[in-house]
Amino acid sequence: MSRIQGQKGVQGIIIVNAEGIPIKTTMDNSTTVQYAGLIHQLVMKARSTIRDVDPQNDLTFLRIRSKKNEIMIAPGKRTILLQTLLQRGLQ
Amino acid sequence: MCVSHSFQRGCQTKAVSSAEAEVQTVHPTVNSSQTEPQDQLTEHLLTYLTQQEAEPPGLKDFLDRVEAMVIRELAKNAKSHAFDGYQVNWEEETQLVSQRAAVLNIHNDDFSSLSLSQNVLPLKYNGVFVSQVSCLHCLQDPSAQEKGLHVTSVSWNCTGSVVACAYGRIDDGDWSTEASYVCTWNVDRRGLNPKQPDLVIDVGTAVMAISFHPSRPSLIAGGLYSGDVVVWDTSKSQDSLMAQTGMSAQSHREPVYQVAWVPQEKRGEFGVLSACSGGMVLLWSLDLDPGTLVLQAGYALITQQVPQSSSSHTKARGSSHVGITSLALAPWDPDTFLVGSEGGLLLRCSFSSQTPAAVPPSLDQGPGLALKAPAVFSFRPRRSPIHAVSCSPFHRNLFLSVGTDGLAHLHSLLQAGPLQSLRVADAYVFDVSWSPTRPLVFAAATGQGVVQIFDLGRTSVRPAATIGQSAGGAAATCLAFNATHTGLLAVGSMDGTLNVWRLSSDLTQQGPREMAQLERLANEVAG
Repeated sequence: MSRIQGQKGVQGIIIVNAEGIPIKTTMDNSTTVQYAGLIHQLVMKARSTIRDVDPQNDLTFLRIRSKKNEIMIAPGKRTILLQTLLQRGLQ
Repeated sequence: MCVSHSFQRGCQTKAVSSAEAEVQTVHPTVNSSQTEPQDQLTEHLLTYLTQQEAEPPGLKDFLDRVEAMVIRELAKNAKSHAFDGYQVNWEEETQLVSQRAAVLNIHNDDFSSLSLSQNVLPLKYNGVFVSQVSCLHCLQDPSAQEKGLHVTSVSWNCTGSVVACAYGRIDDGDWSTEASYVCTWNVDRRGLNPKQPDLVIDVGTAVMAISFHPSRPSLIAGGLYSGDVVVWDTSKSQDSLMAQTGMSAQSHREPVYQVAWVPQEKRGEFGVLSACSGGMVLLWSLDLDPGTLVLQAGYALITQQVPQSSSSHTKARGSSHVGITSLALAPWDPDTFLVGSEGGLLLRCSFSSQTPAAVPPSLDQGPGLALKAPAVFSFRPRRSPIHAVSCSPFHRNLFLSVGTDGLAHLHSLLQAGPLQSLRVADAYVFDVSWSPTRPLVFAAATGQGVVQIFDLGRTSVRPAATIGQSAGGAAATCLAFNATHTGLLAVGSMDGTLNVWRLSSDLTQQGPREMAQLERLANEVAG
């Protein structure tokens, strides 16, 4: 975890379990809870979409690019998610 | 029976003394306390975080598996430039809809002279035909149309909803007493009638230039062919004439080609600057009481006093004054204005100049305000009259000049020669203006009737967009971007119509690196 955190531009890491409850985090509580809840729903939706299209397929990585930053999500087998926030300077 | 002894006994207790006393508290206070149940999720989180040892099974595996991938992506991201300069445009959809609505409106009103093909012209953009520039309004004044007058000048007011156009003639140099008009339309009005201006001001002679006041939406300054400078107040329906110069020894005696509002020393006040082909630039202040314009400062450009740049070898021939055809104020420097002349001279002038002008006796206008020679720097002269000069609203040194040779020159204030020379048209170019929103874009009105929009950010020297009639139409004489509703461009033409175009967002929304690119352009050394 510290290796990921050490990368350039990383704001924080949150690990969430299958129920959408954060297990580990490097960010403050309210941010963690907010992100965990929202992102969990989004990942479930994305994963079900991929699986509905092709049952053999699965979601491996999800990146959400926004004006201010980028959220990278790596879903695991037991639906553990890892989220990384990448800060981008606005041009 | 007789009772011999009888007793009577009594006893008395001491009087019971009683007293009443009252107690009152002065400051009552009530205290209560309650605990609230902690947030479920946070609690979970906290318990999980405290029990570091009780890690869920598989977490370590997962982390090991995922770490490499995430780090790889992060490293890629740090180096990637995939999204540099990328901007999402969420508004595109709605804009197209509004265009259609505008076109539909025109059709519902059933103007027989307008057809769909005229309203939405196929526009060549990037080699692909798209219909993103559309003509919103085609405004005409019937009486001016009848007389065959040309639109000589166009201006938007400060609220961005009223457009005014001046009628006159540009093809004929004769003095005439033909009546002319200044017309205004409110393009935001619901029942806009393109054939019927909201206001028509009758003027005795041809109007050569108009300019709306920068902060008061109802004031228009105008320059007439007779040399008069006039200020109208459009809020008064009856007597809209507010002030004029009248006949005085020191007013213009030649047609006024350009008027502009100049900020005065007192904040919020503006004076009117007018330039005429007689080589005079006069600064007037508004005196409302008698309704006159009072001369505040005068500048005369005399050929002998023009600073000669090293590359110029023009000899003064014939007339001794510089016939001014265009004037532009520098938005960044209140002391500077630029002047383009009939003879192709391009001069940088200063308001604060103290050098007295060497007015020849033939032109001497008697006692009065002493005229000054304002020119401080001469750019490399062109071989043709300069019809328009426009200073960049985004860079303090850049400006454009166009003339009858069909070229647009991009200049820096610091260099004599032009930085770039762009072929706009094979015909005359009558007007040029920078876009108020995109630093690299400018539009030029050509004698072929089309308006060419250039984007300096492109590598090609071809126009980014061409709007207007196909070749052979009446020449476009003037244009004005709307600084408030930035998508609108008004173009006046020689057949007396005033077209209001809606520009697509490509031409109105500033890209992320435009300022840097403009800066680079400005720092180029003239070849």
